[in-house]
Amino acid sequence: MTPLVELEGISKFYGNIKALEGVCLDVRAGEITCVLGDNGAGKSTLIKIVAGLHQHDGGSYRIEGEEVRLGSPREALDRGIATVYQDLAVVPLMPVWRNFFLGSEPRKGRGPLRRLDVRTMRETTRAELLRMGIDLRDVDQPIGTLSGGERQCVAIARAVYFGAKALVLDEPTAALGVKQSGVVLKYLAAARDAGLGVVLITHNPHHAHLVGDRFVLLKRGTMAGSHTKAEITLEELTRQMAGGSELEQLSHELSRPDGLRSPDRA
Amino acid sequence: MTQATLDERLVRRSLPRRLLARPELGSVVGAVAVFLFFSFVADSFLQPSSLGTVLYASSTIGIMAVPVALLMIGGEFDLSAGVMVTTSALFSSMFSYQMTANVWVGVGVSLLVTLAIGFFNGFVLTRTRLPSFIITLGTFLMLTGLNLGCTKLISGTVATKSISDMQGFDSARAVFASHLTIGSVDLQVTIVWWLALVAVATWVLLRTRAGNWVFAVGGGADAARAVGVPVARTKIGLYMAVALCAWISGQHLLLSFDVVQSGEGVGNELLYIIAAVIGGCLMTGGYGSAIGSAVGAFIFGMTSKGIVYAQWNPDWFKFFLGAMLLLATLLNHWVRKRAEAST
Repeated sequence: MTPLVELEGISKFYGNIKALEGVCLDVRAGEITCVLGDNGAGKSTLIKIVAGLHQHDGGSYRIEGEEVRLGSPREALDRGIATVYQDLAVVPLMPVWRNFFLGSEPRKGRGPLRRLDVRTMRETTRAELLRMGIDLRDVDQPIGTLSGGERQCVAIARAVYFGAKALVLDEPTAALGVKQSGVVLKYLAAARDAGLGVVLITHNPHHAHLVGDRFVLLKRGTMAGSHTKAEITLEELTRQMAGGSELEQLSHELSRPDGLRSPDRA
Repeated sequence: MTQATLDERLVRRSLPRRLLARPELGSVVGAVAVFLFFSFVADSFLQPSSLGTVLYASSTIGIMAVPVALLMIGGEFDLSAGVMVTTSALFSSMFSYQMTANVWVGVGVSLLVTLAIGFFNGFVLTRTRLPSFIITLGTFLMLTGLNLGCTKLISGTVATKSISDMQGFDSARAVFASHLTIGSVDLQVTIVWWLALVAVATWVLLRTRAGNWVFAVGGGADAARAVGVPVARTKIGLYMAVALCAWISGQHLLLSFDVVQSGEGVGNELLYIIAAVIGGCLMTGGYGSAIGSAVGAFIFGMTSKGIVYAQWNPDWFKFFLGAMLLLATLLNHWVRKRAEAST
């Protein structure tokens, strides 16, 4: 089976800075591919290339087997790749229903009277969100009044509704509490079961291991590892993610000399 | 939320609650207050003939306040809007005069030139990503200089030559500067232009894809770009809308006075912004309405003429305008806080 999205040896340079070098990524329908890495590992650059915000400088990017070079997020959307960003997923002051259809508004009428199909927009928004378990009292409320998890879910629901084949999520759980993160992960699993290919960008190995089928580890812009779920345990993933030996050294540096262990004892 | 009974999703907010959430509410309250105030202090304020005068004053600001409000919702300013009106008027006058062409030819060419200025503003803004404050301040100064310099160079004085005896003047005047008398009320055609613009802008803003994009580029340009909204095209379009209205305003200026003073228009850009802000537009973009800008312009008209009817020294006008701006902004802020808290 051809992967939905296939990156091979992707490189990206900003001036003389290597942001990414030789990164490979496979996204298959009905699977969740997790991209893990610390801050500055190149996760954001990678998804910006997938989403069409940036272009790669080296390597090949294939969508359903076809070599592409995306010029804009619009092109990526047209090819069925939807991206949900961590912070810029929605316009906070706009009502939920306007946000849901932003950029792909359904219209009716013709000529100069071509106008938004407001009724369809409201009803669809309410129905689609209800399907994902978000029970909105009022689709007219500004989306900024929803909780962070709900906003992520609206963005995911939007991507699924618009027929995305691949869904890219940038740190969807980063700013969320435990319970809300669980809700978002459940929707990811639901999207996977609906046959979408999902890319989950995260620096939380616990979330990744819960839902992921494949794991790509990035470190300083290069591949630090690529595993399937069968090959790697949560402990190993956490260790690699945290930098393995670096963490051991850190624990050594942070340990206190014995005599000073507990100040209240003195 | 007392009526939460059967299905929570079916509960509609009560009418006052929904009105509270409208961006123009604060300005409507302000307009009523100003109206009552001048009704008491100025006897002639309530006469029908005064209505025509007040509406005329409101419409000259209101025609420009509409696109300026849209632009503000789209997250940008245009400081060149005031002098652009003068540029547009000067251009059609001098073009017709120098070419001894039909007035309509000058009016038509002026439209193209004004739209080009608007396009320039938007294009430079979206290309350089500099703040619109800086870019349009530059255009403002350049246009101010060009208006004076070119007029002196071509006409020899600071005003244009009279074009009232030229072909097409009367028909052009009928479109841009005629008036209609109903009883004792004298209504200028600019009032029609103004109300039509408000209606069209409201429809575009709330019911079309372009309007959705205006809210989106002002409320979150990055989010809008990421979902495929053409941010640059939307902003350039908004600047061209300002130019279009500057053209309408400029043609009125020219055709009602026959000659144009080249130094006019400086400072008006702030009046347009004030009308938009009083009408509930957020300085930071993403929120506001065209109707609000009309109410803001109406407050402006009532104040500027009310002071005359009250036989006060017009020097007080600016003080009132400033106080009004502060009060309206505070009221808007308070209303929005309450509206958001209750959702």
